[in-house]
Formats: sequence, C-alpha cells, structure tokens
Amino acid sequence: MRVPYSWLQDYVALPDGTTAFAVADTLTRTGGGKLETIEKVSEGLTGPLVVGRVAAIEELTGFKKPIRHCQVVVTAAAEGPGSAATPQSIVCGARNFAVGDHVVVALPGAVLPGDFRIAERKTYGRDSNGMICSARELGLGEDHDGIIVLAPESPVGADAIVYLGLDDEVVEFEITPDRGYALSLRGIARETAIGFELPFLDPAALATPAGDDAGYPVRVDDAAGCDVFVARTVTGLDPKASSPLWMQRRLQMSGMRPISLIVDIANYVMLELGQPIHTYDRQRLSGPIVVRRAGAGEVLETLDGAKRQLDPGDLLIVDDSGPIGLAGVMGGASTEIHDGSTEVVVEAAHFEATSIARTVRRLKLHSEASKRFERGVDPAAAAAAAQRVVDLLVELGGGTAAPGATVVGTPTRPAAITIPWTHPGRVAGVDYTRAEVEQRLTEVGCELLPAGDDDLVVTPPTWRPDLRDPNDLAEEVIRLEGFDRLPSTLPRAGAGTGYSPAQRIRRRVGTALASAGYSEVIAYPFLGPADLDALGLPPNDPRRNTVPLANPISEEQPAMRTTLLPGLLAALRRNVGRGSADLALFEQGLVFRPKRDAAPVAPRLTVERRPTDEELASLDAALPHQPRRVAVVLSGLREPAGWWGAGRPAGWQDAIQAARIVADACRVELEITQDQHEPWHPGRCARLAVNGRLVGHAGELHPRVVAELGLPPRTAALELELDRMIPDVEVLTQAPALSTMPVATQDVALVVDASVPEHAVEAALREGAGPLLESVRLFDVYTGERIGEGRKSLAFALRFRAPDRTLTAEEASAARESAVALAAERTGAALRS
Amino acid sequence: MSAPNKSYDPVEVEAVKPDEVARHRSDALAAIAAASTLDELHQVKIAVAGDRAPLALANREIGALPPAARAEAGKRIGEARGAVKQALAERQEQLETERDARVLIEEAVDVTLPWDRAPRGARHPLTTIQERIADIFVAMGYQVVDGPEVEAEWYNFDALNFPPDHPVRDLQDTFFVAGKPAGEGAESTASGMVLRTHTSPVQARTLLAQGAPVYVVSPGRTYRTDELDATHTPVFSQIEGLAVDEGLTMGDLKGTLDHWATAMFGDGVVTRLRPHFFPFTEPSAEVDLQCFVCKGASVGDPDNPCRTCGSEGWIEWGGCGMVNPRVLVACGVDPERYSGFAFGMGLERSLMFLNNVKDMRDMIEGDVRFTLPFGMEI
Repeated sequence: MRVPYSWLQDYVALPDGTTAFAVADTLTRTGGGKLETIEKVSEGLTGPLVVGRVAAIEELTGFKKPIRHCQVVVTAAAEGPGSAATPQSIVCGARNFAVGDHVVVALPGAVLPGDFRIAERKTYGRDSNGMICSARELGLGEDHDGIIVLAPESPVGADAIVYLGLDDEVVEFEITPDRGYALSLRGIARETAIGFELPFLDPAALATPAGDDAGYPVRVDDAAGCDVFVARTVTGLDPKASSPLWMQRRLQMSGMRPISLIVDIANYVMLELGQPIHTYDRQRLSGPIVVRRAGAGEVLETLDGAKRQLDPGDLLIVDDSGPIGLAGVMGGASTEIHDGSTEVVVEAAHFEATSIARTVRRLKLHSEASKRFERGVDPAAAAAAAQRVVDLLVELGGGTAAPGATVVGTPTRPAAITIPWTHPGRVAGVDYTRAEVEQRLTEVGCELLPAGDDDLVVTPPTWRPDLRDPNDLAEEVIRLEGFDRLPSTLPRAGAGTGYSPAQRIRRRVGTALASAGYSEVIAYPFLGPADLDALGLPPNDPRRNTVPLANPISEEQPAMRTTLLPGLLAALRRNVGRGSADLALFEQGLVFRPKRDAAPVAPRLTVERRPTDEELASLDAALPHQPRRVAVVLSGLREPAGWWGAGRPAGWQDAIQAARIVADACRVELEITQDQHEPWHPGRCARLAVNGRLVGHAGELHPRVVAELGLPPRTAALELELDRMIPDVEVLTQAPALSTMPVATQDVALVVDASVPEHAVEAALREGAGPLLESVRLFDVYTGERIGEGRKSLAFALRFRAPDRTLTAEEASAARESAVALAAERTGAALRS
Repeated sequence: MSAPNKSYDPVEVEAVKPDEVARHRSDALAAIAAASTLDELHQVKIAVAGDRAPLALANREIGALPPAARAEAGKRIGEARGAVKQALAERQEQLETERDARVLIEEAVDVTLPWDRAPRGARHPLTTIQERIADIFVAMGYQVVDGPEVEAEWYNFDALNFPPDHPVRDLQDTFFVAGKPAGEGAESTASGMVLRTHTSPVQARTLLAQGAPVYVVSPGRTYRTDELDATHTPVFSQIEGLAVDEGLTMGDLKGTLDHWATAMFGDGVVTRLRPHFFPFTEPSAEVDLQCFVCKGASVGDPDNPCRTCGSEGWIEWGGCGMVNPRVLVACGVDPERYSGFAFGMGLERSLMFLNNVKDMRDMIEGDVRFTLPFGMEI
C-alpha cells in the first residue's frame, strides 16, 4: 500500500515537523503497516522551479519542427501593475499552451530528475533562460504529452515544488493478509491517529441516503456471497471533463495510472476508503442488476478483453443481457464506461472473501478490487463510498445525482467475543491495567460491554473481520501498548531429551566423512527419467518408481529423488567443470519412495478437534517412504601428489572404505560381498549389508555411466540407506579387560575360492580362535598360478593373549588350528602349503 | 693388576720412579688433548689407560717396591691415573657434544614444506548452523525432532489454521505431489500432499504425538516455488521452535529469542519484535536482530556503512508468535490450560548475514571452494 504523506494528513492533523519516516516507523512498531520504502517525490529535483504566466509567444519557423520563443512572467512582483520587471525569455518545443496560461518554469540553476541541469543558453537564435516543464521532465509520470498547464488561480512566482506537492513523500507499507482495511488511506490514517494519540477524521463519516425504490434496480440472489449492495446513479456528466491534477497526482503517487475522470474517481475512492467501486455506463445496462452464482458454461468478456470461462462457484453480476461483471474481481466489457459516457451507475458492494479468493485463484485474475475483498472490506463503508463517488462526480464532472439510492442488505458486525479483561496481559506476560485494555480495544473500534466483574464482551468494528478470537483482541492491546513493553523472560523447560540416537549418529556420520576428507553437498532432491537412464537403471528398477510433482521447477526433473547419486554426480561434474580435479563429496538426505498400495490422496481432516489416531494414520499411509541416505562420490586423486612423490588415484576401494567409515560411526559391522548393481562397474561393485540386510552398494561406476554423464574416468561412488544402518537399540560398548601378559603372534595363509568374501573368512577365524584371540588382521592377498585359477590366498596375522599367564607356543598353535578349522568348515578354506 | 711379587728386584721397578710417573702422566694428558675425533680418543684411551699403558704397568710394579716406598708410590701413581681418567672423560664428552651438534645440523630438514597428503573435507555450513542452533536449544532443555519433507496438506496448512482457500495453497506458491493419473491430470493439487513449505508442520506432529508440555526445535528442508536467484531458492532450510506449557507468555518468547541471539551472535545483541501475521500464531511478530556487527551505529552515518545490515541497524531474522489456540485445538491440546510460542528462521538467510554469503546459489551448487573454508564447524 503506497501512501502519499500529504494525503494522510487530510485525516490526521500531524504536528508540524512530523516526518513521513516517523509515521512509517510508528506504524511498523504498532503493526499498522510495515515500512517498506519511503520515496521522496522530488528525488533528483532541485529548484528554482516556479509557477509562471506565459506573457507572449513568438512562433519561430524554418527549423525542423515548430519552435516557440516565449516571454514568461515568473515573479509575483512582475505581475503587479506597471511593473518594470522583464519576463523570462524561454525557447520551448511544445505547443499545447497559449498566452495567459500558467506553466511550470525551471529557472537556470535548477536540476531536473536524471541530472538534467538547466542553464542560460542560446538556442534557435534566441536566449533561453530556463525551461517550461512537462510532467515527464518533472518525474511526474510518463503519460503527459506536452507541458503542464496549471489552473488559472495558481499563484505566479510561487515555488512550484511546493505548489505541485513535489516535496511530498510516499510511504510504501507492507500490509499483512489479515488486514484488508489497511489497504486504504482510511485504515492507515486510523492507525496513525492511534499511534500519535491524535483525533481521526473518518472520511467514511458521510451522510448517506436510506435505500428507496427510486434507485437503479438491483436484486441479490446470493446473500451469502453479497450481503451489501449499494447503487447510485449520476447523470449529465461532461464526457470531456478530466480529473484534476491533484487527483491524478495522488493516484500516481499511489501507484495507479490516471485514465479518465470516472475511472479516476472510482480508484480514488477505493484508495481513500478501501471500498472497491465499479461504475457502469447506465445507457449500456439493460434491466436490473442481479448478483448470482455463475451457471455452468457461462462466459464473460472482462474489460481487459479476455473471454472468461465461468465456474458455478463464481459470483457474477448480470443484467438482462447476461453476465456484465465478475463480482469484486473485474467488470465486463459490455457495460464499461467509455469516452462518451454521461450517465453512470455506481456500485459499492460487499462480496464474500472466500468466494472472491477462489475465483481469483482459478482465473489467475488479480485486481486492486479482488485484493481488497480477499483480505476483508468494511461492509459498512459501502454507502459512504458510493456517496463519495457521487459527490466527486457532481463536483468534478458536472453531473447531477439522480434521485434515489439502491441499498440491498445491511452490514453485519463481527460476532462479539467475551474475554476476561486480564487476557491480553496473560498472553503478553505484562500487567496491563483494565483501563489500558479498554482504551486500546476502543481505539481500534471495538464496542465493549462489561460482563460480571472480570469479563468484557467485545464487539469488533465492521472493518475488522479479522478479530475473531480472544487472542486477536490480545494482539490489538499488546501491539498498541508496544511490543517493547514485553518482558524478556525464560520459561523453565522440563528435563529435555535432546537428540535422538539416530540424530546423534547422523551427526557422527557427517563429521566422520568430513574428517576423512569428504566435502558435504546439499543438492536439490529432484530428478527425472533422463537422470535414471544415465545411471543405466533397468526398466523395472525400483528407483524408477518416483513421487511425481504437479508443478516441478523443471520438466526435466519432475519427481522427487529415489537416489542421491544424480544430485551428487551433478555437483561432482560442476566442480570438475570449474577446475577442481581431486574431489570427494558426500550428501546426507532423504529419498522418496511411493508406498505400495498407498491411498492416492491424503485426506483433509477436521481442524475442529483432534483427529483420531486412525484418521492420522490415514495421512501417513498416503505419504511416501522418506528414508535418509548417505552417498559419496570420488574422482581424481584421493591422496595428492607432492614433493614426496606421486599421488594415489581415488577408486572403488575408497568408496567401500567410506562405507566402513559410516558403519563405524553407526557402530555396526558391514558385510561386504561382490555384486552387480547399476550404476556400478559389474566387476567392481560391493554389496553392503548389516546383519544380513542390504544397506547399499559401493565401488567404481560403470564406464558407460561415466561416459554418459561426462564424469572423470574411474569415478567411484557409495550409496547407503542410513536409516537401515542405525541400530534399533543403541549399541553399548563392552570395555575389554586389558591383559598385560605377553602377546603370541601366529600367521596363517588360507586359500579359498575367489568368490568367498574376506569378512566371512575373518569372522570364522575370529569365532574359531576362541577367547585367547586378541585381534586378527588381513596382511596379504595372493592370487596366481601357484594356488590355481579362481582361488585366492588370504594371509592373516593372529594375535593371542591370555589374561593371566604367558601363553605357551602349544596353546597359541592350538587356538590357531581351531580358528583354521572353523574357517575351513565355513568357507572351504585350506591352509596354504 | 698383578699379584704382589715374591721376588724382590729393585732394578725392575724403574717404572715407578717419580719423574717417570710424572712424564707418563703429562704424555697421557697431552695425547688426550691432541685427540681430535672420538675414534682417535678411543685409540689414545687404549694407549694411556689400557692394560698395557705405562701407568698401568707402573701400578702393577708397586708391589715390588720395598714396603716403605709402596704407599708413597701408590699415591703418586693413583693420582696420575685419576688425572688421566678424568681428562679422558672430559675429552670424551667434549668430542661427543661436538659430534652431536654436527650431526644434528647435517640431519636438519626443511620443516616449512607442506605435508598435506590427507585430503581435507568439510561439512556444509547449512548443516553445522542447524547443529549449532539445535545445541543452544538442547542446552535449554529442548528436544530435537524431525518431520517428513513430503507432507500431508493437512499438517502443512489445515492443522496450522490456514483456511481452505488461503492463497499459498496453490501451485503458484507450493509444490504439490501430482495426483494419480486417474485424477485431473498432472496439474492437480488433489493429492493432498505437498513439499512442506515450512518446518511448522512438525509443530502439529509433535503436539499430536506428545501432547503438552513440549519444548522442541526442528531444523530441516523446506520448499516454495520461488525462482532460484541470488537471494531466493525454491529449496531452503528453516529451524522451527515450539514450546507449549502452562502459563507461557509472549515475554517467554522474547526471552527465548534473546537468549538464542546472545548465544549465536554474542553478548549485547538484542531482538526486536514487530507485529505481523501468520495463521498459526496469534499474536504474531517478525523478529529483527539488532545488527551484531555495527550494533546500530551505522544508521544515519554514511561514512561508516555496515554491509551486514545495509546500515539499517536491524536484520530481519524470522517469524514468531503465540501458538494460535485453534492450532492447539486441532492438535488435541486444551487451549484453556496450555499456551505456547513458536518461532522459525531461514537458515540460508542467517548464513548470508552471519558468514557474509553473497549468493544463495553458492549454498546449493556443491562447489567445494565454497564448502571447504567452513571446515568442520562454523
């Protein structure tokens, strides 16, 4: 809402010296409207700028265009009889003025917007000591051709900056969506008056005629959609009359374009009172105006020229010819005011907010009128607004108010709310006095009735339909008393539970990966078929079963991700493209998987009470699974080259090692087996499981995927479903008993089938070795002719230690043999000979 | 050392003559002093203090002296051998010190060379700021809760007192899950599911699951259909706070925000509440943070502009208010008994003014040059 400061002063007598900023700041603090910007109208304009009278015009010919050399009187003294003062000599290219006209003159030394400096100069063979200004040159808008001709009563010699209101300021307020009434000078002025404790001159306080049968006939068939409809008629308008400069200036400053007298007056009154006005050309109306819901298939051509397909929910204005307006949104073309209109029917009606909002949303048709109706308009202001339009049409358009007034319906006040007078204080934590509470509620327009000793029955004013609950009233008191009265106190929260085990683990995983040299990425969680194709996923891959969006950001990525890899690989590629080569990235985030047999729709439950557990379960049943995953991608060197020598390229091993890092952070044991799974290299892909349950895959990416996505060769990746890694029960570490006896080390080389996973052999050794085993560690791997094709030899170092004695060689060997025996039984391992 | 001689032959004890002993002594000391390396000293040591050294031999002859002369000769030879031994030890230490000094210099390396063989990593500042804020609230007794990102419209809007026709419930502002193909088509909002537009649905979920009293914070990702540019992103992060208990006031809200601001931005930073409107709180406010850099000093001082607050003195920080009793009703909490407050802040914005992030896009593109400087903690 743009508010010209001078206009505001029509309704609040602000003391001299009060700045627009002071008003804006006060309203920002009290919630009357939040200061967005303050514009000085004359930004970039400095005088001298004066009102002048054209005393003589000499037409100059022989140039490309006609030029005038004018004598302009620019001082009051020079106007006096017998004054010797000479008029100013000014050359001017415009022609829309005559001798005797009053004009705006920029004298040498003036600077016009755009750093246009006025100086004495010689042009077209004449002296030009100034400029006769157009509206555009003064920054007053783009619409005016030619120079401004002022009213004859404008005082010659007067400072035109003051006279034209160019010293004015415009405050732009952000208005919250509950405050329709603040979208008017009336609303802003009321808040200003309260904020400055000054009287408020209500522009809606006009005498209005009661309804009678003489007015233009109106029938409201849908009283729920339209509870008030006032119609007034003005005839005999001068079609040539245009709106006065002051009105145009106020409209412009308010962000509206002056169009014609009738339209300008309608807009002016809407800005002033917040009541949207519609004007019909009476000669184009046929029969009574009727308000009803649209029928299916009805069409209306709105005054913007578009043909609108109507919906049975739309509130419609019709006459005998059919639809003539979309109520509260936009008028129809057929009854629109035009250049020759002389008779006008003025509509000031009150339409139901929800209905307007629905129509606006469906048709994507936002207007100044609908904006106000959606947020709430004062139904009691309709009659006054109609009267104000009539008065202005009579005054400025030479019209005559036709006898009679149509008034359908009566405005209803919002329902009364009973609160203990202490309620605002309880909400705020401030001991407001009863007098303070009553004063503030009265100021905003509420009527108060005491009920018992402690209660107040509060009836909000018609312009505050947003006041519905006790807390709404509390807010009025608290904001007007000032939020700075609020104390700063801390509640005493009970003993909290802080982070859940899963949250702690997630944090640990992030820290562990970052410590291991991975950089975290937070990518957009969207993907599309092309992303999944690039990963080489088969047609039936469950990752292709996505949650689609109705309005995705991009048609290429219309669904929620089922895997973190596309986003992470895109980030990798972006980094490579920007010149980073050695990369290790990770992301933790949700993936989204539709539930099998989920209901297609999450129902909209009641809000009048707590929904039942079954109802709530029905919501969650419709939502997709949203498990959390962690993924890493690597390329380039994992360990950099340097003065110490060559670096080490990142590879499948690092991706799998990242899985071990995550597993460590989760305190779970990973089981790693060979697998083939897209998008990984079929020979370099590890299946990762915990307690036999699949948790993810890691390894080198398939060369085709690498080529398809333009990734560096041998890019490696890991993706884990983190939620499956988090133990149901928190793992409690059992502290080992530390023996100080000597350690006995035994090595063993076992030959197994190449397909046997290392962890299976190691686990068997560990279990078979019994309690004397302290640790087991793989230290060498051999494949080759000596053990035969399809076999591998794994060499382990076993460390034994007893709690209470030095082990004999026999004891250590026996434990080793028992370990080997179990490995042989479990994995077919044979001691390498 | 030999056994005392049985036979007595004065001629064979020439070696213990006083002047001979003195000569051996001075010869030995001179040889010791002349040894310039540890190896030479070792040879000298064998020569002057070994078994065949003149003084050792002289010592062996003492027993052959007449008993009256033995004491005197023993004393003289003992003194001489002691002096030699001491000189040897001193020279040994001297030469070792010299050697050590030389070797250590020879072994010196260039310790200024980098040894960055382990790659560096970093956590995303959006993650660490969430943790940092959550930690502040955990210390105040709050619980940290999560919620789904694909959310039922009822949780995201209805339960939070958004009327059915509220303008944000529109494809213009909110991402909707597409209705099933059988429905009105892909443009439909009929699925009743959205990408949550704020972390506030976690309020409703928590109240429904736990009832009152409750003190929770919930950081997470949120979605609105903004175009991506330097100051907007359709996918962003918020942190939500909710406290519902008996007797909570707006003063408690203000105190909580003040405490948070101090913990986050340092002592003396204050908050300012400004009236605002949100469907799920009443009264509602926007909370401004007094600029933690200039503390308001840059206002009206064009010579000392403040980049952080744009010389406005205040930074818009987030939204807050007293939980609307209608929300409590929908979530099964008795509004006659309980009241509460809630607040929410955008984390990208917080990073922008806290860490001077210039462009929102830097936070979503995953460029390691952005992330690495943040290291492990903010």
